[in-house]
Amino acid sequence: METLLIHALEQGLAYGIAALGIFLTYRILDFPDLTVDGSFVTGAAIASLLLSRYGFDPFSVLVIAFVAGAAAGTVTGLLHTKMKITRLLSGVLMMIMLYSINLRIMGRPNLSLLRIDTVTRLVDAAWSGLGPVAILVFITILAMGVKFALDLFLRTELGFALRATGDSETMIIAQGVNTNTMKVLGVAVANGLVALSGALVAQYNGFADVGMGTGTIVTGLAAVIIGGTLIRSSRIGWMTAGVLVGSVIYRLAVVLALRYGYVIGFQASDMKLVTSLLVILALVAPTLRERRQRKVRAC
Amino acid sequence: MLSLRGVSKVFQIGADRKVAIRQIDLDLRSGEFLTIIGSNGAGKSTLLNLIAGTVPPTTGTIRLADMDITGVPPHIRARRIGRIVQDPLAGTAPSMTVAENLALASKRGRRTLRLGLPSRMHRRIRAQLEVLNIGMEDRLDCSVSTLSGGERQALTILMATLAQPEILLLDEHTAALDPSNAAMIVRMTCAFVERLGLTTLMVTHNMEQAIELGDRLVMMHKGEIIHDIAGEAKATTSVGELVDMFSRHHIVDDELLLERVC
Repeated sequence: METLLIHALEQGLAYGIAALGIFLTYRILDFPDLTVDGSFVTGAAIASLLLSRYGFDPFSVLVIAFVAGAAAGTVTGLLHTKMKITRLLSGVLMMIMLYSINLRIMGRPNLSLLRIDTVTRLVDAAWSGLGPVAILVFITILAMGVKFALDLFLRTELGFALRATGDSETMIIAQGVNTNTMKVLGVAVANGLVALSGALVAQYNGFADVGMGTGTIVTGLAAVIIGGTLIRSSRIGWMTAGVLVGSVIYRLAVVLALRYGYVIGFQASDMKLVTSLLVILALVAPTLRERRQRKVRAC
Repeated sequence: MLSLRGVSKVFQIGADRKVAIRQIDLDLRSGEFLTIIGSNGAGKSTLLNLIAGTVPPTTGTIRLADMDITGVPPHIRARRIGRIVQDPLAGTAPSMTVAENLALASKRGRRTLRLGLPSRMHRRIRAQLEVLNIGMEDRLDCSVSTLSGGERQALTILMATLAQPEILLLDEHTAALDPSNAAMIVRMTCAFVERLGLTTLMVTHNMEQAIELGDRLVMMHKGEIIHDIAGEAKATTSVGELVDMFSRHHIVDDELLLERVC
């Protein structure tokens, strides 16, 4: 049970970095970006290739993955702003293109990191004094570092402009900001974070698989929504903390469901269906509540 | 100051063509305060959109001072043109605080990785809000979504004028407010325009307001300027006279008559 809990926390925080990226596009920029299902794998693929084939340092591949993800996000942003393709379709197109690109990067559908020094193995060896929580401590530091960096970024002039772009385009154009630049920047940073998360998860799992990104957007949204429900605040620091908490709670639920779900006839393959249903429920809840209130008022 | 030459705008909606602005020439002196009236669909808002740059003209040129700004994108023009629209929700960033909104407005143009709201800025922002005299200086850290429509529009006026533009565009900016808030916003607008010596264009549906405010009045109809009065002529005109003017163009509609009765 204890190891189960540690695993859930580790995974929750590792995927939480991707959820922070999805928070940035979905909540801050109001840009539902589906690129993430592809860029998550791009991060994992690049990290695995550089580690297994070229013997890169496992920490530097995290940075390289971020850059690659940001490049993918930039393309999505340009598809939308320069070519006037809708936001959803821009993301879908980029996600599909990334599927082929990810296969090209890896050369085959999956890459194993067996017997390779990944961040998790290095940390496990270096911090052996911490025992079973060494990796958890490392991932916590990394996720919190990303959280605070994102908080700080959103408090800069650029961050203000980005937040205002998601709030009211009329206003921020009138304040002399090019909203197209802001959208590209936001989607780029978000996908950078998602790819970073993918690179971390690949090293944690010990492999990269071309299908590992499927549903990233949905699990990320689940984390954002759970976090936003539990921690209601308009302050950036609390919102991003909520995203990480939401991601951990989601993973806990997943781990428990995989472990004990058979009792109610639950199969591992039902996971994505159930997650999506939960996200749908969370998304329509405010509308339903509003509709019910309106009905009461009409009486 | 501002000069429009042969400006027209045609909207192409599917196979339909809608002429919103028809060959307009308009010149404004520096510091001039122009009020614009006209029935729905006269092209008043389109005219302001053309000047702000959010809508590109089909023909013609727009000059600001000695610069041709016809092809300049709106966010670049915003450095010299302040703008307030009707919807109080559109002029501010509701998820951000009052102080953050003002910090955003204190700078036009390029944004950097410097802190958006350094603590030393607080005192200045407080002083700027005190000018409004509605107690908003004590709500610096409140989210703008908690403000009323009138308060938001007051904040928008401050934000639109903070970076000292040369021109101020007001697009029925009091139309969505209740009468007392609207009166407050009008008073506030006039104070800012006077203090900063702004060249102002104000679209309004309220004819009395159009006569009372500013020093020049134009009436638009079907994309054209059909009446243009200033000085003595404007000071002595009446709502009745303006309505007669409308009817001469066979454009009296219910809305107009309603306004006359009220």
